[in-house]
Amino acid sequence: MNDMTPTREQREAALEGMGCKRKRVEDIRFTQGKGQYVDDLKLPGMVFGDFVRSPYAHAKITKIDATEALKIPGVIAVLTAEDLKGVNLAWMPTLAGDVQMVLADGKVLYQNQEVAFVVAENRYIADDAIQVVEVEYEELPVLTDPFKSMDPDAPVLRPDLEGKTEGAHGPRKHHNHIFTWEVGDKDETAKAFSEADVTIKELISYHRTHPSPLETCQCVASMDKVTGELSVWGTFQAPHVIRTVASLLSTIPEHKIHVIAPDIGGGFGNKVGAYPGYICAIVATIVTGVPVKWVEDRMENLSTTSFARDYHMTAEIAAKNDGTVTGLKVHVLADHGGFDACADPSKWPAGFFNIVTGSYDFPAAHLAVDGVYTNKAPGGVAYRCSFRVTEAAYCIERAMDILAQKLGMDPADLRMKNFVKPEQFPYQSALGWEYDSGDYHTAMQKAMDTLGYRELRAEQKAKQEAFQRGETREIMGIGISFFTEIVGAGPSKNCDILGVAMFDSAEIRVHPTGSVISRMGTKSQGQGHETTWAQIIATEIGIPAADIMVEEGNTDTAPYGLGTYGSRSTPVAGAAIALAARKIRNKAQMIAAHMLEVSEYDLEWDIDGFQVKGNPQARKSMKEIAWAAYHAPPPGMEPGLEAVSYYDPPNMTYPFGAYFCVMDIDVDTGVAKTRRFYALDDCGTRINPMIIEGQVHGGLTEAFAIAMGQEIRYDEMGNVLGASFMDFFLPTAVETPHWETDYTVTPSPHHPIGAKGVGESPNVGGVPAFSNAVNDAFQFLGSTHIQMPHDAWRIWQAAKDLGAHG
Amino acid sequence: MSEIEQVPVSMTVNGKKVQRFVEPRTLLIHFLREELNLTGPHIGCETSHCGACTVEVDGMSVKSCTLFAVQANGAELTTIEGMANADGTLSALQEGFRQMHGLQCGFCTPGMILRAHTLLKETPNPTEEEIRMGISGNLCRCTGYQNIVKAIQYAAAKLNGTDFQEAAE
Amino acid sequence: MEGFERDETFLHRAFGPEIFRAEGGRSKDVIPGEFTYHRPASVAEAVAILASHGDEARPLSGGHSLIPMMKLRMAAPEHLVDLGGIADLKGIDEDGGTITIRAMTTQHELIASDLLAGKLPIIRETSLLIADPQIRYVGTLGGNVANGDPGNDMPALMQCLNATYVLTGPDGERDVAARDFYEAAYFTALAPEEILTAVKIPVPPAGHGFAYEKLKRKVGDYATAAAAVVLTKSGGTVATCSIALTNVADTPLFAADASDIVAGSTLDDDTIKLAVAAAEAITEPASDGRGPAEYRTKMAGIMVRRALARASERANG
Repeated sequence: MNDMTPTREQREAALEGMGCKRKRVEDIRFTQGKGQYVDDLKLPGMVFGDFVRSPYAHAKITKIDATEALKIPGVIAVLTAEDLKGVNLAWMPTLAGDVQMVLADGKVLYQNQEVAFVVAENRYIADDAIQVVEVEYEELPVLTDPFKSMDPDAPVLRPDLEGKTEGAHGPRKHHNHIFTWEVGDKDETAKAFSEADVTIKELISYHRTHPSPLETCQCVASMDKVTGELSVWGTFQAPHVIRTVASLLSTIPEHKIHVIAPDIGGGFGNKVGAYPGYICAIVATIVTGVPVKWVEDRMENLSTTSFARDYHMTAEIAAKNDGTVTGLKVHVLADHGGFDACADPSKWPAGFFNIVTGSYDFPAAHLAVDGVYTNKAPGGVAYRCSFRVTEAAYCIERAMDILAQKLGMDPADLRMKNFVKPEQFPYQSALGWEYDSGDYHTAMQKAMDTLGYRELRAEQKAKQEAFQRGETREIMGIGISFFTEIVGAGPSKNCDILGVAMFDSAEIRVHPTGSVISRMGTKSQGQGHETTWAQIIATEIGIPAADIMVEEGNTDTAPYGLGTYGSRSTPVAGAAIALAARKIRNKAQMIAAHMLEVSEYDLEWDIDGFQVKGNPQARKSMKEIAWAAYHAPPPGMEPGLEAVSYYDPPNMTYPFGAYFCVMDIDVDTGVAKTRRFYALDDCGTRINPMIIEGQVHGGLTEAFAIAMGQEIRYDEMGNVLGASFMDFFLPTAVETPHWETDYTVTPSPHHPIGAKGVGESPNVGGVPAFSNAVNDAFQFLGSTHIQMPHDAWRIWQAAKDLGAHG
Repeated sequence: MSEIEQVPVSMTVNGKKVQRFVEPRTLLIHFLREELNLTGPHIGCETSHCGACTVEVDGMSVKSCTLFAVQANGAELTTIEGMANADGTLSALQEGFRQMHGLQCGFCTPGMILRAHTLLKETPNPTEEEIRMGISGNLCRCTGYQNIVKAIQYAAAKLNGTDFQEAAE
Repeated sequence: MEGFERDETFLHRAFGPEIFRAEGGRSKDVIPGEFTYHRPASVAEAVAILASHGDEARPLSGGHSLIPMMKLRMAAPEHLVDLGGIADLKGIDEDGGTITIRAMTTQHELIASDLLAGKLPIIRETSLLIADPQIRYVGTLGGNVANGDPGNDMPALMQCLNATYVLTGPDGERDVAARDFYEAAYFTALAPEEILTAVKIPVPPAGHGFAYEKLKRKVGDYATAAAAVVLTKSGGTVATCSIALTNVADTPLFAADASDIVAGSTLDDDTIKLAVAAAEAITEPASDGRGPAEYRTKMAGIMVRRALARASERANG
């Protein structure tokens, strides 16, 4: 070897493969304003569509008159439900097995519901036209409280379902009832409660909020009447699903529909569903023959597409005096709004809420969820969440604190006592899941040691005493959250969307010169797939990540996949990528054996090529092998070096983490300041630590916002309050706490690279940590549970109710 | 609807003089995006909260969704498209955002960089608190701001010719 | 005119929930209606345009209240009179114990002014709590005080400082005290054909204590409650005191009784309690996303208490 020969370390580093903090490829264009988002798209002759919306939450529509609007120069059409009926699109099916109006068909069910679609030459004229479309409403009684949905005299929200006693998930008990979903062993659980030393019961509500990515939902639809082909560019987290749905609804053959998701300005679950705007733009382009753009404004986004949470959870725990938990009982009242447009895998009306046993070894558990209609916007999306896992984690983490309080135990000790033990994995939960791997005790201990947990408790006690003596008006809370997530939907045995199994896919093509193009069924909305997918491939096939181009979002070129949400990209598509890469490596091994004139069994993989065992000088790099694949493949072998993989995961993955929040609260104003927030995540194998840390920062910031004030509120008339960025709490850099991150690594045993997914963990685990900190602070004054969100006035109110204002 | 005449506007955008006729009600953000095809500045809220539309007008950071194009008549503007170095390489701020992972979806980034650009002109060596206050008119939904702060510190150090010391975690 | 940002809770407060039931079911907040644009070069020219169009014309300064209202089509002026081209409306100067700030002076310029930093530091402290950096570059003092939005911070501060507004109309100038200017939300002493051209502030004595305490949910929000305090001390006693409150009624509030209670006292606990109670007594806040009325009243009291403490610490004498 001469001095110029790179060392193994240098060759390894040159790959920028898994485990390194590779800088992002995407940033080159994003930092120069060269991202291509939907609203950046301009097509020749493109026109603009916009909605007339309902000011009422519940009303009959008696008349829609567009005469004046159509007189405005530049107004092309005004579509109503009557027009959509002509193409059988006045209603559309939802992912949850319900149907939803595209445009109001005789009545409206929530404020700002879509009533008519104005098409005009530009957005200014469309907005002018909206002013003068005349709609006559006849108001109906409004139902906003889900606890009153099933009152005998509650107004009938859905006359279209009259007489329908069977819903998509079993019998309906009431005209505003959607489904009941039950899991677990009711009798065993009842027995555990009857034998318990100690029980707790609490109504724990998780308020309605919204994912609110900075880019709203939008699309451009373009029908080529000559070829009969429809192209739709849109903010789609799941472009292939959108194409299938569009084909089923429009009866345009799937191969004649081109769905393209360009750069997406954040999704967080908001961009999974199919919304009336997409359907109307498609109908409008079919009608007019010119491209139609639809762009939501922020108020529309916050008030219509598409809320998250709104779960009211009554949790009960049975335990022994020593703190050992013996049973869990949860009932959920789920507020779904006017239509059940919940974005869950089709068989799961409450998502994976049955992960509610959390990180604890409950021998018995029972869960029942009732979904109901109200006069609120539809949705129920997984806001940085794997299908109702955020709600479940909040429920159990809050309930464990309440149990600790009742037992007089430290909440960290109670958790330690009840964790599923490392030797119990794979662990069968009482509500039906098989946890793949975990080491909860190690993670918890590391977190407590790093933070100095016992010292903080001592400080808290001293502060409480000082408060009682009247020496300070500040109190302190320590919030603990030890969450277990369930992500990676999912195995075809459990999961489908409208019948399509929730696999994912990757295609990798190695070019003759040794560079690569690779395409996946997923779609990044900021997660950095172009960077990290290339890292997996780089490690697997020894070609530098810099030579690998990753492309997603074009249904014409990418293999079919179910998209990016619910932290499924790494667990599912990440596995498909590794397996496609291994197919390439296997073929490369045969080619290398031919080139080196040895048996393929005499070769071993070494970073970026194959070498002869015992004779590392005899080697072929992947670059050389790629050329040979096209130039002189072994006799009888197909030329080329490409592979496709469709991956149906054998199980979900179960990331977990230990989060601690230390908070100081000004009792007089209710203002809470986060002093420290420590987040330890175990997401299995780490592909790019820089990106993981970024995901955790972002998810924690969302969790902070949700726990401390981010809420979609309604008044009794069904007016949606605060649907702008003044009132909807998105923290700025000033309010956002400083984040400390840490990790342990417990690989998934069933995933090809051992990765578990991380994007949603910080939102799932963060909210209970913040809420538990607030609750923990007030415990010494006799409080057991304070509902979220914890904005200043509600904290002040809680303090007042506890007599803390003297 | 009254027939309102279009009015002439001219301004210098990223060093280039432009002239157009516009309706007086045309917002600057739409003028930039639709008339000049400068799609780097984005629309995130329309109510002047998010700052994704931030551009520099006569040395000031301005939210272009809350300014009529006619108000910028005669002004000098810089948008994200004018931020790279003359040779096409990334400027210190652009490089800082990439090096420190100060962006994810990229939607807020053009406004964030333009705001930081003006901030660093006025405060070449800002403290963390000054940076956080300085970018408090720009919302980011992805990063939690911590790495944006580092990105701006990185750029400040590079522009000042000093070493960037990443704060210990 | 200009001032600050619009929000839905403000719309509720000003117009009730019916605002969301406006004809046509408007939910858009994107596109303003059509108007004719004027850019006069002098105050006289601006006043003449306003006078000739009556209610159909509106002056535009920074625009961060008016333009959002126009996008919502809550405001639809047919004529927009941009004051940005009037050089006479810029600048800060001092003349014999009075500082005059011309209307189009931006909050950014207020923050940067050495004169104000030396003589009226409470203006800088308050300005830094208004909106966010971008808005402070364009938001003007004149707009902030003139449009009558009770959420704006400057009106209460001007009442605290006993400022005088100069209103210029077709018949010339007239002075109105800030304490007499505000009638109700968005209703002020300003006539449609008048422009608020300057604010005159008597300079408080050197060594005065001051504080502006603002409780808000986040940067860019209106105050849940805020209090401005300016006081002077002599021999350990408060000689003079002036207190005003932001966003706890449909106008800014000069807390005359609370100010009188503090003046002449040593700021002992009993005095503070009485002053806080007197300040709370004049509040009439709306219940909104910032909290119920009771909370906002109590927060006005807390802000007064904290502002008094900080002002007292800062005062010499």
